[in-house]
Order: sequence, then structure tokens, then C-alpha cells
Amino acid sequence: MSAVQCVKVYVPRDAAALALGAESVATAIAAEARKRGIEIELVRNGSRGMFWLEPLVEVATRGGRIAYAPVKTADVTGLFDAKFLDGGAHALRVGAVAEIAYLKQQDRLTFARVGVIDPLSVEDYIAHGGYRGLTRALAMAPGEIVQQVTDSGLRGRGGAAFPAGIKWKTVLDTTSTQKYIVCNADEGDSGTFSDRMLMEGDPLCLIEGMTIAGAAVDATQGYIYLRSEYPHAYRALNAAIANAYTAGWLGTDIRGSGKRFDLEVRLGAGAYICGEETSLLDSLEGKRGQVRFKPPLPAIKGLFGQPTVINNVITLASVPIILYRAAEYYRDYGVGRSRGTLPIQLAGNLKHTGLVEKAFGVTLRELLYDYGGGSWSGRPIRAVQVGGPLGAYMPEAQFDTMLDYEAFAAVGAMLGHGGIVAFDDSVDMAEQARYAMEFCAVESCGKCTPCRIGSTRGVETIDKIRRGERVTENIAVVEDLCNTMKFGSLCALGGFTPYPVMSALKHFKEDFGPLPTHLEAAE
Amino acid sequence: MKHAQPRIASIQSADLPESQRAAVLRAIEAHRERPGALLPILHAVQDALGYVPQESLSLIAHELNLTRAEVHGVVSFYHHFRSSPPGRHIVRLCRAEACQALGARALEAHAKKTLGIDFHETTGDGAITLEPVYCLGNCGCGPSLLIDSDKLHARVTPQVFDALVQQARAES
Repeated sequence: MSAVQCVKVYVPRDAAALALGAESVATAIAAEARKRGIEIELVRNGSRGMFWLEPLVEVATRGGRIAYAPVKTADVTGLFDAKFLDGGAHALRVGAVAEIAYLKQQDRLTFARVGVIDPLSVEDYIAHGGYRGLTRALAMAPGEIVQQVTDSGLRGRGGAAFPAGIKWKTVLDTTSTQKYIVCNADEGDSGTFSDRMLMEGDPLCLIEGMTIAGAAVDATQGYIYLRSEYPHAYRALNAAIANAYTAGWLGTDIRGSGKRFDLEVRLGAGAYICGEETSLLDSLEGKRGQVRFKPPLPAIKGLFGQPTVINNVITLASVPIILYRAAEYYRDYGVGRSRGTLPIQLAGNLKHTGLVEKAFGVTLRELLYDYGGGSWSGRPIRAVQVGGPLGAYMPEAQFDTMLDYEAFAAVGAMLGHGGIVAFDDSVDMAEQARYAMEFCAVESCGKCTPCRIGSTRGVETIDKIRRGERVTENIAVVEDLCNTMKFGSLCALGGFTPYPVMSALKHFKEDFGPLPTHLEAAE
Repeated sequence: MKHAQPRIASIQSADLPESQRAAVLRAIEAHRERPGALLPILHAVQDALGYVPQESLSLIAHELNLTRAEVHGVVSFYHHFRSSPPGRHIVRLCRAEACQALGARALEAHAKKTLGIDFHETTGDGAITLEPVYCLGNCGCGPSLLIDSDKLHARVTPQVFDALVQQARAES
């Protein structure tokens, strides 16, 4: 032990921060400290979710955590010279992290610890409010836990927004001796990364949420189905699970409660359709990820034919705070039937992309301009796709829509998993519509015809429109195809691909014509 | 209907070299007791060999009491599993909307042109295999690409792409 307590320096290990150079910055800081004979404790936290500032380095000083950002390897020597370990002045000094407006104005409930703690430390997790929800849940009867979740108004954050409490109640009411908790971590929607950030930045929160779900419905086995495109989250989850077992928060007799819960991570293999819950279950069983007919519901007959709670990462990770602070606390955030908060992801062509957790009710415009800071390119924002590749493209006229499941449905859009992708005025909306069909063709599981064939015919027909062939007639064909896909597909992939296509046609019809003239217009 | 096959000590998996056969058997042994073992086994095979050899399917099928068609159906369903060896490095280029909004289409065109290959192909020198990927969860700072298992890169311009490819080639 050194006489002086060594300074804590935080450098994120979040994948986005790593993609922007955080690993070499961390290495450089450790090397420079050694060279100067200064003892530091390097903590690899999650990301605060302000990507224009990554890699964001924080130093724990007497006056709180001070940020320097964005830091490059070449800045490290200068930071030491400027005494950044004491919070010294430097061109990159952003100031107190907690005071950054982007963060300060958020309602961070689910993301309260992301970027703050050491993601893998059970001790740090507990010091920041972790495992209090589970501790309370372990003292409750299963029905009481389910009631808390029902009363909180929590709806599935994966996109379908189905009330979580009802799902849990259905599983609780079954009599099977083996039930499962499955976490859908197949976050395949472009423009979404909140699951990834949470799993990398606070994996124990998801683990706690799943353990509570297990206690609530008498399930003893959990699986996290994680997409293979998330190698960093895979490592973080496995390490956190191992630490939770060691500390007695997973396993045969959780903290002496007599309750058992085992948890393991399973990797997907690059199939978007496996984000659909029944495909996911088939994939977990070792099969092709094909959509199942419903009924039976997974809650009655799910994984290996047993009753299964299947929820998205954010849904499950919101459960600990509901149990800890009580249902009313969570329910009091939000509007209408959209209760609590939504971790919104600002992506695409925006200046300030990142994670914004806000109570439902904030408008799209506030998110795009007040948080997002307008476009990255400096050109006007022309279209915004909310809710992933199956979400509608929204024009400027709809930017005052507030984030609320029902308000979005009312304008023919969907909130989905809360991803917002902004495009500037260089976007070609016919090209985006074509891509929506192409994506559906690539990712269709092939089980039903409207999705499997309709998407391919959709690509061909939009190509004809773009070549200027019988534009009016071919637009009518696309509309007809969309109608067939919407009402004739088994799941949301075929059923919702019409949303981006039809919204592009409806709001940006000027883009659907012969290609050459349009290209000129875009330049 | 499945019927129990006689357990023969050495199923004929023609042309599967001994070293590969050993790796496949290790993968099977490591995961066979897990419920839904097929995906974990295929991941382990691909992690060890770089791909899932066609010649290994009979062996996997036999050991799991599945048909070869069932195993083939699974391997071919998932984009992640390869049936042929990749180049020394796999470059996965994100094609999805958030990256499109920041120039992914131009990057894709540049990548194909400079490498002289299309998606799912490998450069003549065996250095680079180019694959499309639909979202890497790095949507706030695209265009994104992933090299090999976990080297994620953000804000990839054509210049950055060329530098990354050059670096990968130098790594052999």
C-alpha cells in the first residue's frame, strides 16, 4: 500500500470508445505513469455515451470526476505535464462530467451506473446501488415481484412494447417444473447500441434483472442470446457472470435465500431474424432460426417446449431499479401508456451521437437538435429513421412527435428499440427504400412467401422505378407488394419492411423517378 | 423420424484431414452435453479452423444423432458460418442505415474497387476476405468495420480503409 491513495483514472473499454482509440490511450497513460513513477489505478469503465468525446478520460479528484476529451495517444504526455491527475488545466479539459449538459439533463435510471463503475466489479456494483432490487425481491413472494413489474408499467423495450408484467404472470401461472429466462441480446437494428453499451458498461445490472425474473416466475436457468457481432460484450458478460458466481449472486443458493439461478451466454451467428423471439428460441435449441407460429406463446411453450420469459436486455436491466425503488418510482416517469424511461440512441448523421436516457415524452426535434446538435455534415436533416431497419422514415414535418409508443403509431411510425438514425439532404430516399427491401431479402428466414419472395420482387421493382420504367405503374406494384407483405407475413421482418418503404414513398415521393435527374438534384 | 444409428468408432468423414478431425472432435466433446449444442459446436469448429469444413458435417451429425442435412441446414442458414477457408484477415464492412448516413455506400464501393473483389470473396494474395455485416452497434461513429474477431474501427474514410488494409497485409 502506498502512503498516498493512488489516483483513479477511467478509460472506457466500451466498443465504440475502443473503435476510436481508447485501448492505445489506456496503454499510453499506464506507461507514462510508470515512467514518471506515479501510481495510478486504471479503471476500464463503460462509455458515458457521448461519442464525439470518446475516448473520454476521467480522473477522480477531490472535486469529483473531471473529464478530458477526446484524448489521443499523442495528448497523454501533455496531460501529465498539465497535472491532469489533479484536474489541471488543459485544452482537452471538459470539466466535471456530472455537469455536462448532455448528461445532466438525462433521466438515467437503467443507465445510472454505465460509464460510472468498473463493469466487472461486484463490489463497485453494490457500492452504486446494485443488488438492492434482488435483495428485496428475494424477500418477496413470486407473485409480489410480478405485481411490482406490472405496476411499474414497464413494456418490452425490444420494440414490441408488450407489458412485461403480463408476460411474467403468464409464465408464473404455468405449473411446469422447468422454466427459463431468456434475454434477447440480438440487437440487430441499425442505429441501436443501448443493449451493447449496457452489457459492456454494467453487465451485472442485466444479470441482476434476469435473476429477479427467475425468482419471480420460479425459473432456475437463464440464457443470454447474444449476437456474434458483439465480441466485447461477450467477454464482459462472461467475466461478470463468473464474478457473480464467485460472490454468491448466481448459483445454487443465492445469498442464502435457497433460490437457484444459473446463467449462461450463447452466441448467435449473424442472423437478423434471430432477434425475433421465436426464431431466437429455435436458434438457442440449435436449429435454423426460423419463426414459429403463435400460439403457443413462448410464455406457455418456449425454449425446449417449456414456459419461458423472453425479454430484451433493456427490459430486464430496468427491473432492478423497479424492485429497488418500487414500481411507483419508475411509473412516475413518462407519459400516457409509455411509462418510465427509454434509453434513446442517437446515430447516423448527427453531431452529438450517443446515448440519451429520457422519460417518454421528449420530442424527436429536441433529441435531434438539443441533444444531437443537428447534422454532423452541417447540412439540413432531411429524414430520420426511428426504430431500426423496419421503422418508418420520418420527414421534418413529423419531428415534433413525442417519444411515446402510441404517438408514434398515430403517425404511422414506430419507436422500436429507440434507435434514431438521421440523414442529411444528400440522402436518396428511393435508394433507402430499395435497401429496406434488399435487407429483408438478405435476412428473411424463408418460412413465409410474402417476406421471402416479396422482398426480392420489391428490390427489382424499385430498380425499375429508379431506371424510369413505367414509374406510376411500378409504384403501384410496390404499394401492392407492401400490402401483401404487411398483412401476409408471419413476423415483423416481412410485416414491417413496408414501413420504411411506404414512408419513403409517402413523404419523399420526389425521389422516386428516373435516376439521372435525381442524382443531379442531390449534388 | 430419427432412428438410433449404430455408434461406430470412426465414422467415414472422407477427406477430413486428421488434424481437422481432431479439432472437430474436441469441439464436439467440449459442448455435446449442453442443451442445444449444435451452435456452440459450430462456433468452436470455426474458431479452431477458420471455417466449418463440408467434410466435418457427417461427423458432427453422427455424434449429435442428427442427419447431415439438418447440420448442413444450420450451417448454411447463418451468415457467420463459412464453408470455405477465409483469407488471413476478414474485413466486415457495415452496410446498415446508420453507416449509410455517414458514407458507407461510398466506402463499400471504394473497398470493392481497391481490393478488386466483391463481398464474400478473398483477394488474390489470400490476405483479405471482404464480408458485409448488418450493424456492429457502433452507429454513433460510422462508417464502421470489424477486422477479424474484435478489432472495431470507427469513422472509416477511404483513406483510413487503405491504411487498415495495408496494416493487415503487413501483419501477414
